Amino acid sequence: MADNKVIKGGPGGGNRRGMPRPKVQNPGALFKRIMGYVFKYYPVHMVTVLVCILLTVFSSVQGTLFTKTLIDSYIQPMLDTGSNDYGPLLVAMGKVAIFYAIGVIAAFVQAKVMVYINQGTLKRLREELFEHMESLPIKYFDTNAHGDIMSIYTNDIDTLRQMISQSIPQLLSSAITIVSVLISMVVLSIPLTLITLLMVGVMMFCSAKATAASGKNFVAQQKNIGALNGYIEEMMSGQKVIKVFNHEEESIEKFDELNEMLYQSAFKANGFSGALGPINTQLGNTSYVLCAMIGGAIALSDSVAVGFTVGALASFLSFNKSFSMPINQVSMQFNSIIMALAGAERIFRLLDEKPETDDGYVMLVDAEEKNGEVVEADHHTGHWAWKHYHKATDTTTYQPMEGDVTFNGVDFGYTDEKMVLHDIVLHALPGQKIAFVGSTGAGKTTITNLINRFYDIQDGKIRYDNININKIKKADLRRSLGIVLQDTHLFTGTVKENIRYGKLDATDEEVIAAAKLANAHSFIKRLPDGYDTMLTGDGANLSQGQRQLLAIARAAIADPPVLILDEATSSIDTRTEKIVQDGMDRLMKGRTTFVIAHRLSTVRNSDCIIVLEQGRIVEQGTHDELIAKKQRYYQLYTGMKSETA
Amino acid sequence: MVKTLLKELKEFKLPSILTPLCMIGEVIAEMIIPILMAKIVDDGINGQDMGLIFQTGGMMIVIALFGLIAGLGGAYFGSKASAGFARNLRKAMFDNIQTFSFSNIDKFSTSGLVTRLTTDVTNIQNAYMMLLRMAMRAPSSMIVAMVMSFIISPRLASIYLIAVIFLGIIIIFVMQKATKYFKEVFEKYDKLNESVQENVSAIRVVKAYVREDYENDKFKKAALNIYNMFVKAEMNVVYMSPIMTGTVYACILLISWIGAHMIVGGSLTTGALMSLLTYCMNILMSLMMLAMIFVMITMASASGKRIAEVIEEKTDITNGSNPIKEVKDGSISFEHVNFAYNKTSEEPVLKDINITINSGETIGIIGGTGSAKSSLVNLISRLYDVTAGSVKVGGVDVKEYDLETLRDQVSVVLQKNVLFSGTILDNLRWGDKNATEEECKRACEMACADEFISRMPLGYNTQIEQGGANVSGGQRQRLCIARALLKKPKILILDDSTSAVDTATDAKIRKAFAEEIPGTTKLIIAQRISSVQNCDRIIVMDDGKIDGFGTHDELIKSNDIYREVYESQTGAAGDADFDQASNA
Repeated sequence: MADNKVIKGGPGGGNRRGMPRPKVQNPGALFKRIMGYVFKYYPVHMVTVLVCILLTVFSSVQGTLFTKTLIDSYIQPMLDTGSNDYGPLLVAMGKVAIFYAIGVIAAFVQAKVMVYINQGTLKRLREELFEHMESLPIKYFDTNAHGDIMSIYTNDIDTLRQMISQSIPQLLSSAITIVSVLISMVVLSIPLTLITLLMVGVMMFCSAKATAASGKNFVAQQKNIGALNGYIEEMMSGQKVIKVFNHEEESIEKFDELNEMLYQSAFKANGFSGALGPINTQLGNTSYVLCAMIGGAIALSDSVAVGFTVGALASFLSFNKSFSMPINQVSMQFNSIIMALAGAERIFRLLDEKPETDDGYVMLVDAEEKNGEVVEADHHTGHWAWKHYHKATDTTTYQPMEGDVTFNGVDFGYTDEKMVLHDIVLHALPGQKIAFVGSTGAGKTTITNLINRFYDIQDGKIRYDNININKIKKADLRRSLGIVLQDTHLFTGTVKENIRYGKLDATDEEVIAAAKLANAHSFIKRLPDGYDTMLTGDGANLSQGQRQLLAIARAAIADPPVLILDEATSSIDTRTEKIVQDGMDRLMKGRTTFVIAHRLSTVRNSDCIIVLEQGRIVEQGTHDELIAKKQRYYQLYTGMKSETA
Repeated sequence: MVKTLLKELKEFKLPSILTPLCMIGEVIAEMIIPILMAKIVDDGINGQDMGLIFQTGGMMIVIALFGLIAGLGGAYFGSKASAGFARNLRKAMFDNIQTFSFSNIDKFSTSGLVTRLTTDVTNIQNAYMMLLRMAMRAPSSMIVAMVMSFIISPRLASIYLIAVIFLGIIIIFVMQKATKYFKEVFEKYDKLNESVQENVSAIRVVKAYVREDYENDKFKKAALNIYNMFVKAEMNVVYMSPIMTGTVYACILLISWIGAHMIVGGSLTTGALMSLLTYCMNILMSLMMLAMIFVMITMASASGKRIAEVIEEKTDITNGSNPIKEVKDGSISFEHVNFAYNKTSEEPVLKDINITINSGETIGIIGGTGSAKSSLVNLISRLYDVTAGSVKVGGVDVKEYDLETLRDQVSVVLQKNVLFSGTILDNLRWGDKNATEEECKRACEMACADEFISRMPLGYNTQIEQGGANVSGGQRQRLCIARALLKKPKILILDDSTSAVDTATDAKIRKAFAEEIPGTTKLIIAQRISSVQNCDRIIVMDDGKIDGFGTHDELIKSNDIYREVYESQTGAAGDADFDQASNA
């Protein structure tokens, strides 16, 4: 089972932990899918943003053009004529002021709407991710490192947030700016436009080179961060073992090595990407100079014939500058877009995972007997029935739920290649207590995970009250099985809320009764706030034994028809265990119970003990029968006794 | 905090100084260029002087080249300094963590330490690079632009001054409000992620209780909460950019209007007006950068604080002066020992413990959950220090030993034992770096680990995954015992180390101990009576006190707790026959 690795990623920061960024497959399709999300939920918002960006760019182009008209159409004529009439200028400035005002308002609306789009899309994505994750089969969680799953919620969503809120608007406005400035430049002077474009070509070439160099190192940096993270995580969780073995120096040695590698790649990656800015800026300046020289030559040589005035040159030069800027910005965004797309790829990969399938139709309902017939009850009766709906005859029948579980020739493997359970045949009669014993890895937990369909079997049949479990709705099947798992997991919240997890509408009295039954009441009372004590970090402030008691109380409050206890008392001392056991036996009187335990004292009074070895049942029978048989169970049992003699 | 962090700059001080210098160079180039541009327009184009245009243009190229070199230098030194600073910070933390005692480690959670070493350092690295490259650049660029504007026209430049002051006040006001909000949001955001983490690791519980919908609702509420808070926080910032552009536009209009008058009046040239408009953009960009630096530093300061906490943490267990480097034998004595994990907590975990254990004895320790069994043994190898009284090993107070010597001689198999990624041999050699394969195999035979290792296709060269995820609990425990045995210690402590091992194997391991390492003092903490009943003596712990200390037979007679535990496990009442049969 995968260890519970705690990964906490800070938001906002540039922490990109986890695996190295792979090359993004099909970035175009990914980009389309992201935009699809954005447009699907916020079509009106998105159109508004587009219009706003257009208006903003338009107003800033108008502003730049104004420099030309200011000098050419107003100042120069006034200088030439010596007139002192500022009226026309005032009118022109009024017009520009209106454009500016539109631009400012558009920028404001855009920023505001963008917040809703960005946060709303992320909220939807998060919800969708979570909801989808909850629907995935257990297998997914077995085969994916928990740290990697977490990294989707933290790093990948974060990079995507940056991309939607910064890169996309930036790209849009850059694209619009580039196009509109290009048009304006062409209108002003074609030769100078060609020169500018030539220099843009040089800029693109240099950008591509620098981006490639830094990209290579960014990938290396991600890989090295991943390696260092993994190492740190492992060392930190084993820190106490390191102390006990005086292993500090060795652990520092390896750390230094990884740390140095990360430094080298981070240095190069940031160095190259940092070089991008100055290179492009100065190339931009060079482009400016070239245009000034050639434009100057043109303007001076034949200013009237070409119609290329000093004012036009001034405007062109400022266009030249506004042309380099968006190109520079696009190239700077390139790395972060690639990063975000890689993150988006992982997000969509999770969303594309196939959820658990459920073709069941038999439901579990509360039941009571009326006139010798089982009928559905609208309250908890302590009795249950399976509700079958027969499509062919359009009738509904009720079958009392008894807790009879049979395995018939069941084979199972986590993968099809390797079977871990072979030909399991067993029959639990209603009300029996069935125990599984055997060494670790014999397949005890696996069997119980098949009953509640955490995994589906490869061959054979499992029947529950003679119904194939595949026909039972998964939710109802699981509801019918109370289970206390080997690894105790508690949730952030109060003790009360954690117990209530088993029955959401339980009253305080019911919670306390369950806690008493699990013998947890006495320690809970001693906690700082009793039942209202907050548990954090998976109940880190409780001992393993106390956590197990809470898990038992949680199962007890659900009052399930069938109970599975998987090493539920392994960390509880044997005296307390006895008390808990008695309580559970009382609760489960007449109901089927499955018990897995290492301690033979825990399983001895079972109705049937099943001994497993390497995925096969080697013996089954009562304690007395198996002792008399003098085989595997006898060895296990007397193994602990042999020294007594 | 800043001091603690800056101390780790070390060899990266020089690049840290060179970066801002380079940036100043770039700024100077950036500032001269508009002047030259104005000159081209004014003297070159208006003065119809082609020669001057080429001359000035040439100068511009030279200065652009200078700017390029300075800019590249800034990129080079800046990334070197920040990546190096990050490296040193990580190293300082990691090195210091290695000196931590158990109580230091308890203070920080594992995930907390991982975050500090990774995310927090990355935040500092980014902020530091930003600071080096921009902190000098932005103000100096603004000042230079301002000075230039004043040289060109004091009257027009004063418009900029007013605008800058106006914007400055607004930025400070908005940022202050926003950072407060953002801090709150990020805390909530961390919580949201924690709850996802919880769901990922507890997915079986969720599914077993069919609580998917319940969890979805819970998550949706939290996500909505985050959404609302984020929107609220960002709404504080959306005014910023429009106000800035608005101010710039206002400046352009004002300057154009007044400038036009001045040009017509003959006190300003058209080129100068264009330069002024360029400087306007420079000033605005610098202001935006300053605002960004401000945000980054506020964000990074939280990370910085957390890093400094780790670096400044002092280990509370250190070698005394003249530490003793040899442990005479494996005898242990506790003299009036009191112990509390938290020095200020009133109720000690261990109360007035007095016991003497002879070298070579096998001691069982049994007691209920929370009776302080582990706390007791953790004092022997000085994983924690006693609050009062003393613990002696080989007749000498443990505080007088060299820590490494003591821990080499007192080998502990912890309750929460961990394997590390690497081969089985690598893991075993933690006990003894120079152990031969033969020796490793011997230790594994004693710990009953050899049987499953030799069944693995690669045997002792099998790769163990992180945390030992690919071996079962019982196998992991046996490997950990073998690893501890390789130290050939004088004292071996097993803290509930065979709980996942079946009883037959458990018995085999104990038998091997008795036969192979009779001279080693062995302390065995266990839940099962069968694991301890054959020990020379057994300690019964109850609520931090020793409730009984004697042989199995003595305790059965005299100790109520022991008898009760014994009966609960062997069922003496109901299954008399079997007990008699097996006891016979």
